Amino acid sequence: MNRYTVAVLVNNQFGVLNRVTSMFRRRRFNISSLTVSETETSELSRITVVFDGDDAGKQQLINHLYKLPDVCSIKEFSDDNSVSFELLLIKMKNETKSREDIRGAADAFGAIIVDYSKDYMMFRLTETTKRIDDFINLMREFTILEICRTGSVSLERSSTTIRQIINL
Amino acid sequence: MLLSGADIIVKILIEQGCDTVFGYPGGQALNIYDSLYAHSNEINHILTAHEQGAAHAADGYARATGRVGVVFSTSGPGATNLVTGIATAYLDSIPLIAICGNVPTTHIGTDSFQEIDITGITLPITKHNYFVNDVEDLADILREAFRLAKSGRPGPVLIDVPKDVQIAKCEYEFQPAVEKEEPFAAKNDRINEAAKIINAAKQPYIYFGGGLITANAQAEMLALAEKIDAPIGCSLMGLSAIPTDYPRFLGMQGMHGHYTSSMAMHNADLILSLGVRFNDRVTGNRQKFATGAKIIHIDVDGSELFKTVDAVCGLRGDVKLTLEKLLPMLKENKKPEWRVKVEAFRQEEESCLDKREGLTPRKVILILNKYLGENTAVCTDVGQHQMWAAQNLNFKTPRRFISSGGLGTMGFGFGAAIGAAFGTKERSVLVTGDGSFGMNLNELATAVRYNIPIVILIMNNGVLGMVRQWQTLFYNKHYSNSVLERKTDFTAFAKSFGANGEAVTTPEELDEALSRAFRAEGPYIIDCKIDKDEFVLPMLPPGGSMDDIITNLEVEQ
Repeated sequence: MNRYTVAVLVNNQFGVLNRVTSMFRRRRFNISSLTVSETETSELSRITVVFDGDDAGKQQLINHLYKLPDVCSIKEFSDDNSVSFELLLIKMKNETKSREDIRGAADAFGAIIVDYSKDYMMFRLTETTKRIDDFINLMREFTILEICRTGSVSLERSSTTIRQIINL
Repeated sequence: MLLSGADIIVKILIEQGCDTVFGYPGGQALNIYDSLYAHSNEINHILTAHEQGAAHAADGYARATGRVGVVFSTSGPGATNLVTGIATAYLDSIPLIAICGNVPTTHIGTDSFQEIDITGITLPITKHNYFVNDVEDLADILREAFRLAKSGRPGPVLIDVPKDVQIAKCEYEFQPAVEKEEPFAAKNDRINEAAKIINAAKQPYIYFGGGLITANAQAEMLALAEKIDAPIGCSLMGLSAIPTDYPRFLGMQGMHGHYTSSMAMHNADLILSLGVRFNDRVTGNRQKFATGAKIIHIDVDGSELFKTVDAVCGLRGDVKLTLEKLLPMLKENKKPEWRVKVEAFRQEEESCLDKREGLTPRKVILILNKYLGENTAVCTDVGQHQMWAAQNLNFKTPRRFISSGGLGTMGFGFGAAIGAAFGTKERSVLVTGDGSFGMNLNELATAVRYNIPIVILIMNNGVLGMVRQWQTLFYNKHYSNSVLERKTDFTAFAKSFGANGEAVTTPEELDEALSRAFRAEGPYIIDCKIDKDEFVLPMLPPGGSMDDIITNLEVEQ
């Protein structure tokens, strides 16, 4: 099993996310993270999908995605050629005995306090998936109330863009 | 011209050259049907007994003509009844447009009466589908749908039109019919590579499928076969592309294919594959499939390359244009030794042909062959009769064998035969079994109403023959729910619907019945009794390879 990150540029229309994710379902790929947003033009949306699988299946999936009329282009990312980040919000129980330890760990990871009350603290962390996993694992020593993370967003390390490969 | 959405639908169909649609009206399609009423001198609507029949008819029409088939239905159950028909067309890459009515946009998402999310349901079985929100988008969507349906690898497209969009008005301007996307040849470096492999081959074999017919590349394929001295075989979907009696043609291959073509493919050192997708029914066990052969695969759909078998060379492009470029790069080459080998396979096949007396399945089809004209479309349902027809029918013209290959839809044939008769404007033939025929025999009402000449040949064995064959061979003769035990009198059934029919039990009776059926004005049923323990042979057992082929079977009663 390998982990893949693929960006799919699509027409910004209702139902298009369903068409794309349905292709993953049909090939029985489990999506581990998914982000969708409008792009530099409102006509196009960008879907970033992280999933596990094998090479042949992944290639088959990409070939099939290309057949969807709403798919404009697809780009596959590797750690070497891209920058990927995700955003974590994490809510921790605020207790005297653990307060300083949690804040110390958050400082070490660069997580910022975005809300604070006598019962809880909320941190924000923008980091790579690996670093976010590490931070969450560290927080498991204390009392996690709730977690929400966005999934990866990725861009290629170069001046070329995903739009330049439209209509392969 | 200010027109309603419903009028725009009909106008665009006319503009796109569609003269016949199949369908069934209903509450949310009333406006469309009102427009059909107004344009009944320009467009012909065929009312079927059931929407499934309409979908198969539009599909049969498309297969017989190469044009886009069109089917109408209302919302809800009308739309869901199309689903099997759309899926059948999808699996066999048939250009089809389905237009469904739906509840008004104000009611969408409220579980209104006869509301269904048909675009959601058909997502995995259409090339694309549309929900029309605004009448201003309607004309463009319809034209785009035609372009998509017939471009590249064809397929079905569904358009869901809510009732208020059918009523709303907007400006319509006539446009000429959309062209399909310009086909392209495979890349030159790939063609060079393929040419090298072909020129080095000693035992080449050409395997083509439905894609060859879509690309209309028969002449190029035959020129290539002559040049490199290669035998030819095809998948079920390729049948009728070239005349059955073409000397190099060895017939269909695969699970129930001809021994000669399957053996030639198995022994080849090169398989040149044109417009095929290496279905499991063709390859058997993929690990043991043609292990000694290099595979060159040409297909317009790049996602088919390397999908199920490892080709050494995959060429994405139009088969015709690619072969045109490939041909001049090939060396003229005679392969007498390969010919001798293939001839030996042919003689082996000849020796195990079914030559029994009486009304054997092979005999039924051979007698039918005598009556087929150059232009007669033969449609089938799915099961043993389909394989017997595929093995023994004599084809002369492309698009004259119409069968559900990919989805294997029992109940496909009758609708398809109705569509094919409208498409060819000639008598069509339905070869079916009593099981398959039972699924959509309601369409006899349609055939009678429009007085469509269809010869319906039911190979009646009282069982679900293919299921029984598997139960005999692999399930210890546990005939679980495959014995029909019905008391249907197909002759009386024909008469009750206003058609004619007769039952036959001997080759002579069949011959005479066919001579009456092929002169009949409307549909004519021949209830042809065959034995329940006939087998389709040869047979590649599931998961087996050519080494496991069964050519002869004596089953104890």
